[in-house]
Amino acid sequence: MAMRIIVDMANMMGAERLTPITSAHIDGCLYHGDSGVEFAEHLVRRDGKVCVPTTLNVGALDLLNPNRVHSDSHTSEMAHRLMSAYVKLGCKPTWTCAPYQAGHRPGLGEHVAWGESNAVTFANSVLGARTNRYGDFFDICCALTGRAPLMGLHLDENRRATVLVDTSSISSALKQSDVFYPVLGTWLGETAGSEVAVIDGLPSEISEDKLKALGAAASSSGAVGLFHVAGITPEAPTVESVMSHSDQPRIIHLSADMIRATRDQLSTAHAGRIDAVAVGSPHFSMGEFAELERLSQGQEFKVPFYVCTGRGVLASLETAEGVESLTQRGVEIIVDTCVVVAPILPGTGGVLMTSSGKFAHYAPANTGYEVVYGSLEDCVASAVAGSIVRDETLWN
Amino acid sequence: MDLFGRVLVPGDASGTLLRLRSPISFWGGVDPRTGIVSDPRHPNYGDSITDTVLIVPATAGSSSSSAIMLELLRSKLAPAALLLARHDGILALGVLVARELGYGTIPVVEVTPKVLQLLPEGGTATVTRTGSIEFQ
Repeated sequence: MAMRIIVDMANMMGAERLTPITSAHIDGCLYHGDSGVEFAEHLVRRDGKVCVPTTLNVGALDLLNPNRVHSDSHTSEMAHRLMSAYVKLGCKPTWTCAPYQAGHRPGLGEHVAWGESNAVTFANSVLGARTNRYGDFFDICCALTGRAPLMGLHLDENRRATVLVDTSSISSALKQSDVFYPVLGTWLGETAGSEVAVIDGLPSEISEDKLKALGAAASSSGAVGLFHVAGITPEAPTVESVMSHSDQPRIIHLSADMIRATRDQLSTAHAGRIDAVAVGSPHFSMGEFAELERLSQGQEFKVPFYVCTGRGVLASLETAEGVESLTQRGVEIIVDTCVVVAPILPGTGGVLMTSSGKFAHYAPANTGYEVVYGSLEDCVASAVAGSIVRDETLWN
Repeated sequence: MDLFGRVLVPGDASGTLLRLRSPISFWGGVDPRTGIVSDPRHPNYGDSITDTVLIVPATAGSSSSSAIMLELLRSKLAPAALLLARHDGILALGVLVARELGYGTIPVVEVTPKVLQLLPEGGTATVTRTGSIEFQ
């Protein structure tokens, strides 16, 4: 059945042949309805087994702390059955949207089949692996057959940039900060849509977590599956090396006004009290936990402070004995899932503060909460105060 | 008058024509329990897509839209046929999976921008397995 679906789709999309893949990452394990469970259990009954290393994205449950998610019993049972079925198919129960920070890192030029928009964009852009934006059903079909249609971002010519973003007018202080990257990503997604962009003028020591935040935001606000950063990402040693040969590139000079307007549009609330803070979309890394530990030392939070992460990162954190000091301050660590795909936030609404562009994008529709976007430092200061505190100096 | 499109999933069906007025993400945009457009910002908000010959100028957003399409077919709330104006596999994938699981299938036809313009705003249409679109 999996091969039939792949061949049908390849014909439909005009791919001439299939390519072997070396790994897969599956987004289909998040419960949207009973039909998805029937599909996965059908594959299990037919003795389906993945034939390439395959990791799993988040589910709709925190399996380590079942009480964190407040779903009805039917949803919980079906979400559990769905997650179990994918494990029976041979996928690794990583339950994270940052598999690339849980040891799953395909190399430059490797063909893979990844699902989940931020994971796709990271694999393509930061690792230089090759995948289209695969999703529910198709991702597992690729993993079971070890094949994907050879088209789209698997092909050289479609990986070249048709948009050039010049960031030379943005202050270097802003470009050094964490808070800039989700905003840049949101702007990029809205501007580039599904086109490939190359961004010029970013600092050479930019961290992996900043690129992760940029890509996650870009693939929430638009259909971005690949971006390049000149001098940083592996396929773009220079702007010229990655520009499209055929299309006349669109050149955009990014201004401080444009980026400020995008920042403002990420928030639906701008002042007053907050009810919760949530960070970790994509899932928090060890580096981000270290930063949170540094910023929140000796502080006590007035509102719940949720950090979403993968169980792999949590295990490393426990080894490093970093968990207790955070939980004492009021941090709640959520694993295997996150606050915008499962009912975790208290009550039916309120104001949520976040440092994640992706949470800022999806929270209003998915949780009923108003949202405020700020840096991690702003989130800590606001959680201590119980109301919105934002450092505006970088933006002026 | 007859128009033709490229058959993505073959089938025969008739229904009321419904044209979506802006790009849609079925995930977060169509309620799988009712078949009604549920995104309050969408111009077709409140319209039922069930049993229609649905004209989709463009899809947007999440690849989980395939899952919503599958769920609609399982609960018999799906459109009678899909006419897609963009090269987009996400909704067709939901139909292919439904066919594999025995939930039934619907015709999916890709139409050019020119055919899209020629399609009327209402009335009934019949889609056939050769890709012809007939309407009164």
